[in-house]
Amino acid sequence: MKLVIVGCGRVGAALAEAFDNTGHEVIVIDLSTRAFDRLSPEFKGQAIRGDGTDEDVLRKAGAEGADVLLAFTEGDNRNVMATQVATERLSVGKTVAKINDPVRAAAYAELGIATVCRTTMLTDAVLAFLGLGPTGVPSVIAPVPHVHADDSESVAAPAGVPASTAPAHVHAESRRA
Amino acid sequence: MFVLVVGGGKVGYYLTKELIESGHEVVLMEKDRARAAQIVDELGSIVVPHDGCEGKYLGEAGSNRADIVAAVTGDDEDNLVICQMAKHHFDVPKTIARVNNPKNEELFRHLGVDEIISPTRMALGSIEQDIPVHELLHLAALDNELEIIEARLLADSPAVGRTPAELDIPEACSLSAVVRNGVVIPLRPDMVLQEGDKVIAIGRADCERLLHEQLIGGTEEMEPA
Repeated sequence: MKLVIVGCGRVGAALAEAFDNTGHEVIVIDLSTRAFDRLSPEFKGQAIRGDGTDEDVLRKAGAEGADVLLAFTEGDNRNVMATQVATERLSVGKTVAKINDPVRAAAYAELGIATVCRTTMLTDAVLAFLGLGPTGVPSVIAPVPHVHADDSESVAAPAGVPASTAPAHVHAESRRA
Repeated sequence: MFVLVVGGGKVGYYLTKELIESGHEVVLMEKDRARAAQIVDELGSIVVPHDGCEGKYLGEAGSNRADIVAAVTGDDEDNLVICQMAKHHFDVPKTIARVNNPKNEELFRHLGVDEIISPTRMALGSIEQDIPVHELLHLAALDNELEIIEARLLADSPAVGRTPAELDIPEACSLSAVVRNGVVIPLRPDMVLQEGDKVIAIGRADCERLLHEQLIGGTEEMEPA
């Protein structure tokens, strides 16, 4: 599988290494080369400096036709835009965007983007640790199928149900963070 | 008309000021508190000092009853998200985005932004008009990948001495007028084109090369000098 990871922060780097270790082709993109210090010397994938929301940069990096693009930069909007460029312009199969604003995360799931929300994830983790009930706001949201959806595979997941399609690492990594 | 402007930089500030002067109801969102306070001093209490990308604040600023949301921050990705949230989450009828990377124009339109303002494209347009090497000028971008183009005919251009009917114009294009000695003349199929004519055409952006060959001649200026 070919994966593109935009944003080489802690989560991005951990995901990159996890997929690299399991034999996948990984391309990591970040605005700063220093971010690549987080990758171990054994990392066999490509690390490319550039703006992951820029179509030209993504194309040059080889993102066109990739199976998966994960957008995990610091900026919600950059993540949203990177996944939309990937889907609309570069025929990437599946995308996941980290969106820390719960309102935006839910709204974009409705627009067909799988989202991961650290805010609700951490809130629920802390509440659970304290023995309190969860917020009830989903932290991983599968895309809500469009009305005119022609891709039958995603139709099964109703709104608000955690995405079974998101890699298990996403969940595990953020719980640990 | 109620207009919600997001981004209190130079563009947002002057836009807000002009809109107030022409009698519209305006709310400006600016996340930098110092900048927001400065604008309040100058324009009055029409500023919401919060991030317009955040759903909560976009709602509180009244986006659900806005007629227009204009996203004019300096970052393309922020402007895209503001417009998409306004359109899909708050049902705003019209969204306008400022776009810096010209490559993003088409994508933003495709993703539902109603109007695109591109300072880069505008500057590029004026520069191209001043450089005589380019015989083919982009005058304006229309919806759905259409452009208005001006082609200036040279002495050795294949179209000189011929009529539009004799030319092989790409299907998705239409020659609409000629500017000759500063006068606009509607283009008839039997009109003979002359050196110095500026032919105004409307067509899809991807027909540009064919149009160039038919009107001006080979595209040698595309090769390295």
